[in-house]
Amino acid sequence: MKKSNTMMAVPLVIFIVFLWFLWKGLSNDPRILESVLINKPLPQFSIESLKDKNIIIQSEAMPKTSYLLNVWATWCPSCRAEHQYLGKLKQQGISIIGINYKDEREAAIAWLQQLGDPYQLVVYDEAGQLGIDLGVYGAPETYLVDALGKIRYRHAGPMDETVWQSQFLPRINRLGKLGGKQ
Amino acid sequence: MIPEFGFFALILALMLAVIQSSAVFIGLKTNKSSYVNLTFSAALGQFVFMLIAFIILVVAFVTDDFSVAYVAQHSNSQLPIPYKVSAVWGGHEGSMLLWTFILSVWGIAVTLLNRSLPRLSAARVVAVMGMISIGFIAFLIFTSNPFDRILPNFPLDGQDLNPLLQDIGLIIHPPMLYMGYVGFSVAFSIAIAALLEGRLDSTWIRWARPWTLMAWVFLTLGIMLGSWWAYYELGWGGWWFWDPVENASFMPWLTGTALVHSLAVTEKRGVFKSWTLLLAILTFSLCLLGTFLVRSGVLTSVHAFASDPTRGVFILGFLALVVGSSLLLFAVKAHRMVTTGNFQLVSRESFLLLNNILLAVATVVVLLGTLFPLIADVLQLGKISVGAPYFNMLFVPLFIILLIFLAPSPVVRWKKFEINQIIRSSIPVFVASFVVAAVINWIFSNEMSLSIVMVSTLVFWVVLNLFKDILVKVKFKLSLNSLLKLSSSYRGMVLAHIGVAMTVFGIAYTSTYSIERDVKMNPGESLTVAQYQFEFARTEPLKGVNYRGTQGVFNVTKNNQLVTTLRPEKRIYNVRNQPMTEAAIDAALSRDLYVALGEPLKNGAWAVRVYVKPFIRFIWLGGVFMALGGFMVMMDRRYRLLKKQHAGSQVADGGVVTS
Repeated sequence: MKKSNTMMAVPLVIFIVFLWFLWKGLSNDPRILESVLINKPLPQFSIESLKDKNIIIQSEAMPKTSYLLNVWATWCPSCRAEHQYLGKLKQQGISIIGINYKDEREAAIAWLQQLGDPYQLVVYDEAGQLGIDLGVYGAPETYLVDALGKIRYRHAGPMDETVWQSQFLPRINRLGKLGGKQ
Repeated sequence: MIPEFGFFALILALMLAVIQSSAVFIGLKTNKSSYVNLTFSAALGQFVFMLIAFIILVVAFVTDDFSVAYVAQHSNSQLPIPYKVSAVWGGHEGSMLLWTFILSVWGIAVTLLNRSLPRLSAARVVAVMGMISIGFIAFLIFTSNPFDRILPNFPLDGQDLNPLLQDIGLIIHPPMLYMGYVGFSVAFSIAIAALLEGRLDSTWIRWARPWTLMAWVFLTLGIMLGSWWAYYELGWGGWWFWDPVENASFMPWLTGTALVHSLAVTEKRGVFKSWTLLLAILTFSLCLLGTFLVRSGVLTSVHAFASDPTRGVFILGFLALVVGSSLLLFAVKAHRMVTTGNFQLVSRESFLLLNNILLAVATVVVLLGTLFPLIADVLQLGKISVGAPYFNMLFVPLFIILLIFLAPSPVVRWKKFEINQIIRSSIPVFVASFVVAAVINWIFSNEMSLSIVMVSTLVFWVVLNLFKDILVKVKFKLSLNSLLKLSSSYRGMVLAHIGVAMTVFGIAYTSTYSIERDVKMNPGESLTVAQYQFEFARTEPLKGVNYRGTQGVFNVTKNNQLVTTLRPEKRIYNVRNQPMTEAAIDAALSRDLYVALGEPLKNGAWAVRVYVKPFIRFIWLGGVFMALGGFMVMMDRRYRLLKKQHAGSQVADGGVVTS
């Protein structure tokens, strides 16, 4: 009798562990991950455009002003969550380059048609090669690249108003000063 | 004033729910049997006030009362009336109200239809349902009041319902799904009441089965409608995306399916009692978890949750209380559930146990996949999503194993069976199934695909074994009369399992043989996909009630014979200026022809999506069969007969206090 009694408590124990995860998830802010590439130039690449496989985009084609590099995929729900906010940033005149990461081309194109396209350019990183060079953990991730092509900041997790206001804007303002001096 | 009455009705419903959940227990303590009746009366009252609150919100939508914040956010004066009504559940507050209202509907159903159960037991069930109501009504009142006003400067017109939701599928999908979700609260309450009483005999089980089946039927239909809606409305022809919202409904379906089966074993053989109770608790817990994951947005964006800490904390606290206390009760009391039967390794019991294990594993797979971003976040691995590849990789083998054991199961008898007998009776059928599968694959595609032949062999093996079993049962005298003599629950079982086979067949063929082409087309151009020619004849301007746009006209021909004319639309909804793709679909059992307009390109050309999707209808048709099968089992005579038998004895049971 004693033994079966303990067995019956197993679901409760599992649930308590599960609850702990939910609680931590509730109180956890999206993690800020330091990248080894901070203050280093963006890796060189030469990769297909998402919308036309005949167009090859090279790292030289990146904007000459500071811009955002956004890693996304259609299989990633958080990407869907941040998508609308990226659209808002575009309306504010922010340049965003998309890296479509380990995705299916057709699905990705359909996604942009459906939800709107906030990107100036989207490169199609089918095998995740560029992702490896950048040290991408998973989608979504957003990098801040300055006018000189150096990575200044990396944010893992969905972009939203709070992240933008607290992490990106101050850095962009600082970059503006930096850019002025150089 | 009227919306304030709605809020007032919610407060009254909360008070009545408190009475509903406590009266019977106070009655037991103080030995006053009249308190048992109070529980039922309070449940009735709670239902009435929830109905009033719900109607008031519907009226606010229909009469365009934009002083109510929720109406202003989700409706618009131009919106057609049916969509004004369905906009009631188009957002957070309203869907929570619908949820809670449906909970009171189930509560009143249990109150009215409990003749076969001892009165005290039925009162306990209704009381437990009242406790769940308390949580939900309090959630509405304290964090999600749909009757909040914008006063004095209320907007003159509303922000409109998201055009994606302006669709017949979305009018009926959420109520169906919620009927399923909430319906499992009955099985849950029965399990809790049985644990409180400390016994689970066949009366309990026989009473629990039709309720559980009804919830399962609704959930099946709800999920199927959602998949069908996504297919024709989202405009890229997918029917399942493994996103957290879908997974949230799929998990209770998996455990609910396991529960339906384990209830059958417990009813017939008296085994798996504690497992059945645990499944009942888990299924409803997953319904709660699903509702909250979806409604709180904890998964899609952590901030949506954190930005409203009251809602998040309430949700988690309620989940912890409901699930935690029921699992605690389970831990303390479940070992008292004495198993009466025993069975051998090869028997119907062990086949059903295996079915349960596989479904439980499948649930864990979905749960881990869905919560992985959250777990990874907490363990500081970064924010990562696992996509469809993860689910497909694990689900395909799981369901193949499930089919392998489903196929011979009608032959296997209770208690003890010989493995040789299974092999002897199934092998010829298996060979026949293989031949049928191979021939169909050959006719369809002029080639043999190993994986397709393998999966469809299993599918036909399931179906042919069922047919064979029917033939044996009617002693090879197949006639309508002999079929009608079979019990309703047996016919339901056959139908539901054929449904499973149909869905798997549809999934296998659609995912292997669908042809999807995304092309640039000018009016006048043609495209050949499979044996079909799609001619983009012209575009026409389009004007709807609350949208404008363009309609494409596509003539589809096969061997120079006109098959159909498809008219896909690109709509721009006036209020939100939001573009929407309305795909045009010609549906048939053997294939769907699917055309959707993408973006307009230069010089009158359009980005066009043309799909030919073989057998995709089988996916949803299978769902209909499953639901119909579940319904037939529910209507079985033994559940109705029982009511009459016990009608006389319930009075005597009324005052007996057990446990």
